[in-house]
Amino acid sequence: MSKIEFERVSLRFPHSLHPAVDSCSFSVESGQFVVILGPSGCGKTTLLKMVNRLVDPTQGQIRLEGKDIHQFPVTALRQRIGYVIQQSGLFPHMTVAQNIAVVPRLLGWRKERIRARVDELLELVNLSPHEYRHRYPAQLSGGQQQRVGLARALAGDPGLLLMDEPFGAIDAITRSKLQEEILRLHRQLKKTILFVSHDVEEALRLADRILVMHKGQVVQFDTPFRLLTQPANPFVRELLGADDMVRQLSVLRVETAMAKIPHNHKIQEGAVVKPQESLRRALSVLLRTGAAALTVWEDGRAIGILTLDHIRDLAVLEATPAYEGSA
Amino acid sequence: MSYILNNPGLVWQLTQEHMVMTAVTLAIAVVLALPVALLIHHVRWLTVPVMGTLSILYTVPSLALIILLVPFFGLNARSVIVAMVLYTQVILVRHISVGLDSIQPAILEAARGMGMNLWQRWWQVQVPLMLPIFLAGLRLSAVVAIAIATIGAKFGAGGLGTLLFDGIAQAGRYDKIWAGSLAVGSLALLVNTALLALEWAARRS
Ligand SMILES: Nc1ncnc2c1ncn2[C@@H]1O[C@H](COP(=O)(O)OP(=O)(O)OP(=O)(O)O)[C@@H](O)[C@H]1O
Ligand SMILES: [Mg+2]
Repeated sequence: MSKIEFERVSLRFPHSLHPAVDSCSFSVESGQFVVILGPSGCGKTTLLKMVNRLVDPTQGQIRLEGKDIHQFPVTALRQRIGYVIQQSGLFPHMTVAQNIAVVPRLLGWRKERIRARVDELLELVNLSPHEYRHRYPAQLSGGQQQRVGLARALAGDPGLLLMDEPFGAIDAITRSKLQEEILRLHRQLKKTILFVSHDVEEALRLADRILVMHKGQVVQFDTPFRLLTQPANPFVRELLGADDMVRQLSVLRVETAMAKIPHNHKIQEGAVVKPQESLRRALSVLLRTGAAALTVWEDGRAIGILTLDHIRDLAVLEATPAYEGSA
Repeated sequence: MSYILNNPGLVWQLTQEHMVMTAVTLAIAVVLALPVALLIHHVRWLTVPVMGTLSILYTVPSLALIILLVPFFGLNARSVIVAMVLYTQVILVRHISVGLDSIQPAILEAARGMGMNLWQRWWQVQVPLMLPIFLAGLRLSAVVAIAIATIGAKFGAGGLGTLLFDGIAQAGRYDKIWAGSLAVGSLALLVNTALLALEWAARRS
C-alpha cells in the first residue's frame, strides 16, 4: 500500500567506470507486484537497495507516497519497508520467534502483542507456530528459512516489501510452491512488492508488471503480456525468450490476456477458468469444451472472457515484432 | 602442599593479589583491544601493520619488557600490569577481529535493512555472534596473564610469584616453590575451565 516513484535516479560506485544504475525513472502504483528482471550485474540489487537506503543514489530522487525518502529518519524508513534477501539473512543466534520479533521490538510493541503477531505470521506462511517458534535457523530447511524470512519482513506490517532473489537458492519444486504462496499473500495483503529476479519464468508468473533492466537502465516497464507481445527491443525479446510459445502459455496468467465481458456473453457450462490459471490450461479447456469463449470467474462472479483469438493474438504479435530494426 | 595447609592465610592473600592483577589486566586489555579490532576491521590495510607490531611485542621476553617499563611506571604492580596488557593485545585483537569477520555480511545487511541502528546492531547482532570467539581469546589471555603475573613478584607486585622467588632466594625452600607452582597452576586451570564453560554456553545458544 505504498506508491514509489523513481525520478532520474543514478548511482555510480566510487572508482567504477559505468554507473550501476543509470538515470532510472518509473513509478510503481500502490499494491502492485513488480518484478525487476535482467541479467547478472545489470543493477537490480543496487536499484532495490536504494529504496531502503542501504545505498544512496548519486543523482535523482526516490519518493515514497510522494515524499522524498531522505525526509524520513533512515531507521524509521527501513522499519516500514519489509526486506527479504537470498539465503534469508536470518539471525543464527535467535530463534524463529525472536527473528520475527525484531522489527516489532524496534517499534516498541508490547510483549503480548508481539507474541500474538509472531504466531499469526507463522500461520500466514504455513509454518505451525507450535512446532517452529522455538527453533533456530540452522534447524530449518532452506525453504522454511525463506518462509521465516518472509514472516520477519512482514512483521511490522509494512506497506512495501523488497525481495532480492528470495527463492534463488531453492530447488525447483519448493520454489514453485513459494511462488504460489507469495502470490496468495500478495492477493491477501495487498502490499506493494518489488521483487528482484533473473529468472524469466518466475517474473512472468509473479509480476503485475516487469521492470526490465540492462546495463543499469530501465529498458521496458510493462505487463508480462505486453512484454511478450510488444518487446521494446531485441534485448527484451531475447531475454524473455519470446519465441517459445508453449513456455509462455504455461507461465502467463489468464488475467493478463483476458478481455472485458461483452454484453451478449453467455456462460457455457465447464468453460470457466480462474484468473490466476495459466493460459496453457485455458487453451486446453478451450479445446476440450469446444467453447467459443471461456468465462473468467473469480469470487462468484464473471470478470472477463478469453477466446482462442486472444491467445492467438499473442502468437501472431510475436511473429511480427513491434520494434523496428533487425533482431 | 603442606606449606599451603600450614599457611592458608598467606597463600590465599597472594592468590587474591594474583587474581586482582589478572582481572585488572584483562579489563584494561579488553577496553583497549576493542577499538583497535574495530579499527582494523573497518580499515583493512591497517591489519598487517597493527597485527605485526602486536606480534613483535609478544616476542619480547616478559622479564625484559617489565624492566623496560619500570622507569615509566615505577617498581610496582603498575609496570607488571602494563606489560601484561601489552602481551594480551595480540591475542585479544586477533580474536575480536576474527570474530567480527566471521559474521556473514548478509546478516549484517539484514540487520541494517530492518532498521537497527549502529548500537542495536552491535549489541543485538555482532556481540552475541562473536561472543564464543571473543571468550576463547579472553581465556588464552587470562592464562598468559596468570603466568606473567608470577614474574610480578620480582618487581614488588606481590602475587603467587612471591612464594617462588622466596623459595629460590632462601636456598632449599622447595616447599615454597612447590606451593607457589601448585597454586599458580591450579588458578590457571580453574580460570581456564570457567571461561571454557562460558564459551561453550555461548556457542550453544
Ligand atoms: N559495493 C559496490 N562497489 C562497487 N561496485 C558495485 C558494488 N555493488 C555492486 N557493484 C557493481 O554494480 C553493478 C550492479 O550490481 P548489482 O549487484 O546491482 O547487480 P545485479 O543486477 O543485482 O546482479 P546479480 O543478478 O548478479 O545479483 C555491478 O557491475 C557490480 O559490480
Ligand atoms: Mg543482485
